[in-house]
Amino acid sequence: MTQAAATSHLETSTGLDNRKLLMWLFLGSECLFFGSLIAAYLLYRDRGTGPPCPSDCAFDGVQYEGLFDIPFTSVSAFVLLMSSVSMVLALAAIQRGNVRGMQIWLFTTATLGLLFISGQAFEFTEFNHEGLSLSTNLFGTTFFVLTGFHGAHVTIGVLILLSLFTVSLQGRIQQKDSLNVELAGLYWHFVDIVWIVIFTLIYLIQP
Amino acid sequence: MATVYEPRRVGLADALRTARRVADQHYGIWSWIATVDHKRIGIMYGVTAFLFFLAGGVEALLLRTQLIVPNAGVLNADQYNRILTMHGTTMVFLVVMPLSAAFFNLMIPLMIGARDVAFPRLNAFSYWVFLGGGIFMNISFFTKDIFSGQLGAPDCGWFCYSTLSSKAFSPGHGVDFWALGLQILGVASLASGFNFIVTILNMRAPGMTLFRMPLFVWMTLVTSFLLIFAMPVIAVALFELLFDRLFDANFFNPDKGGNPLLWQHMFWLFGHPEVYILILPAMGIVSEILPTFSRKPLFGYPFVVFSGIAIGFMSWGVWVHHMYTTGLGTVANSAFGISTILIGVPTGVKIFNWLATMWGGSLNLKAPMMFAVGFVAMFTIGGLSGVTHSVVPSDYQQQDTYYVVAHFHYVLFGGSIFALFGGVYYWFPKFTGKLLNDTVGQVHFWLMLIGFNLTFFPMHISGLLGMPRRIYTYSGENGWDLWNLMSTIGAFTIATSILIFIINVVFSLRRGEKSSEDPWDGRTLEWTIPSPPPHYNFEKIPTVHSRDAFWHEKYTEDAEGRPVPVVAGAANGHEEEGHEDHGGHGIHMPSPSYFPLLAALGFPIMATGFIYDFALVAVGAAVLFVGIYGWALEPPAEEEEGQA
Repeated sequence: MTQAAATSHLETSTGLDNRKLLMWLFLGSECLFFGSLIAAYLLYRDRGTGPPCPSDCAFDGVQYEGLFDIPFTSVSAFVLLMSSVSMVLALAAIQRGNVRGMQIWLFTTATLGLLFISGQAFEFTEFNHEGLSLSTNLFGTTFFVLTGFHGAHVTIGVLILLSLFTVSLQGRIQQKDSLNVELAGLYWHFVDIVWIVIFTLIYLIQP
Repeated sequence: MATVYEPRRVGLADALRTARRVADQHYGIWSWIATVDHKRIGIMYGVTAFLFFLAGGVEALLLRTQLIVPNAGVLNADQYNRILTMHGTTMVFLVVMPLSAAFFNLMIPLMIGARDVAFPRLNAFSYWVFLGGGIFMNISFFTKDIFSGQLGAPDCGWFCYSTLSSKAFSPGHGVDFWALGLQILGVASLASGFNFIVTILNMRAPGMTLFRMPLFVWMTLVTSFLLIFAMPVIAVALFELLFDRLFDANFFNPDKGGNPLLWQHMFWLFGHPEVYILILPAMGIVSEILPTFSRKPLFGYPFVVFSGIAIGFMSWGVWVHHMYTTGLGTVANSAFGISTILIGVPTGVKIFNWLATMWGGSLNLKAPMMFAVGFVAMFTIGGLSGVTHSVVPSDYQQQDTYYVVAHFHYVLFGGSIFALFGGVYYWFPKFTGKLLNDTVGQVHFWLMLIGFNLTFFPMHISGLLGMPRRIYTYSGENGWDLWNLMSTIGAFTIATSILIFIINVVFSLRRGEKSSEDPWDGRTLEWTIPSPPPHYNFEKIPTVHSRDAFWHEKYTEDAEGRPVPVVAGAANGHEEEGHEDHGGHGIHMPSPSYFPLLAALGFPIMATGFIYDFALVAVGAAVLFVGIYGWALEPPAEEEEGQA
């Protein structure tokens, strides 16, 4: 019986599952969202009010020399990258019907995500101690808003992962429901890729 | 088939089931509140948007009354600015966009032969978010002492240019309401954009290939893509504005090196696709009406489709024509001038296709057709004045004058609103089972056409005479008096025509002529099913064999290419498939749900919190959270026992 509802086992005109198509469209839309934020950051980057300077520079009472702790942030970026690996493993597990494995990897992914968030919280606090805030200057404004929105995305991702984990503990995610995990994974990988771009633009390519 | 999730807690599950049963009955207020039926959501979109149209119209009348003579004292400058801002914002975001969304909702599933949209609950969510955003935006009026003439509404214009929008120049909460309100409305637009793309790509009936889709479906698809790519851009711009206002960030703060032009770039990078978001659905409606009432297929269907797609792409490359006078330099201005001239080409292609559709057709000048023809004429005038804006030196003269006001009202009122009214007259019988009175409709049309031209044509002249936009009064020495007087008389003429429309709707609903399934001798699938359609739309999902599928079931061509009715039972290219007459039994429809409303409620609560008390943000977030969880955990369709 044909069903008009948003159920997954429908035959669709394109053969793509409705929810998967929706997720891809959502991610396409998100590209414009982060694209706009990144554009604002890049526009303001070279306005002489942002870090870091070649040597000994301080603006607005903030010492930018050594403000970025590149090794620390690299580790944190590595953690986020690894969470994508565990996400893949979670999906692979449930597609083979291995619920236990999926639970373990989902939990691992969420933990790695939380670790990343904690790193970001630590970095934000450090910057604040150095005197850099949202309103200090253009760098503070664009840096906190861009990385903050990314952090919010990771947080939502962690919530999704933990929700999946909890629901799976009730035995409600079986092999046939693997699409749920796949959708969470698509989102998670996207957020990860965005971080690669942000990390490169903010931390690695400095003006 | 699918297994049913075991209800976890009996109490909650029982309560939910009872609630659903109440909502499942197809009458009563609760059945509307919990509905996920695209037709009901479409009607709610339409009625709500029409109410906002009346609000925006009253605002327009206030503005026009103030401008009727020089130095009138109806509104003071502050009130004028606020009402002006709300008029623009309302008409764009609360009227034309949701009226288009109403038609997406009503028509898309019927036109592609589906029983509902891909995500019925997301669809309900879109509506409730839109309603919440619209109410939230309008509540701003009452945040000051309205009885002593103090309006709290935003005062920065619908474009809200920085630094007009900064706290220094717009103290109070008006701009916050504006930015947060638009942010909420953006969520609604995004959700419906995703929903309709998936619906159109994935839910088509067998045989409904992309190039057999009715034109309105195509234009909805293009519009939805524009929505999902344009809304995030304005979302970021609004976030930046809000961070500046609420948390002292510096995005648009020149003191700290922030560039106010960034706002203009982002606003128009969104704003120009937005212009086409407003007009493409209207073009789609007209492309349905003209063939039906000319009894000819749409001339050059692929050209119209590809023109629509081309407009969609090019709309991303013309935004600087709003900013010629900001000093971006000759190269930027020339480049965007050329792209703006070029975007006139696919638009012109469409106009010629519409004319050629009517050419040689046997025209049936019923009210819907009159509005469609009115659209083509008025939109052409607006398009031509648009081309004059694309020429940079000419635009330098027109920037910020009433000439611009004339231009965009010709495309948005003479264009979109005329087409949308045409759509109402065309599809009203399908959803109510009653025809709108045609004679009254003709009166409505002519009065609106005359009133419209009386209002907006003189603005070309007052603009060229140098009258600036957005001024609350003017001196009598400038020679603008006559033109303003004409505009004001015209505005009240339009208002009268709208009254006539309302009377027509009320009268026709009560005592109107009953409509058959196919009152206009239509061409597309919606006319194959009863009026009003059953909640499952199609008893049997149709199989489509050609473009204008229904027409080809009814007519074949003689040697000269004239339509000849098909003898009953000998349908052209259509096998009479045994109709299972099961009265809709056994068709699974998505169950009603209260969770979309609950989730949507979270947004205005959060927005209020950002303005007044951050604790409310947490409350709103919690409501949203509960709504989404309830939504995710409830099965989308209650499956009957034994069927599952």
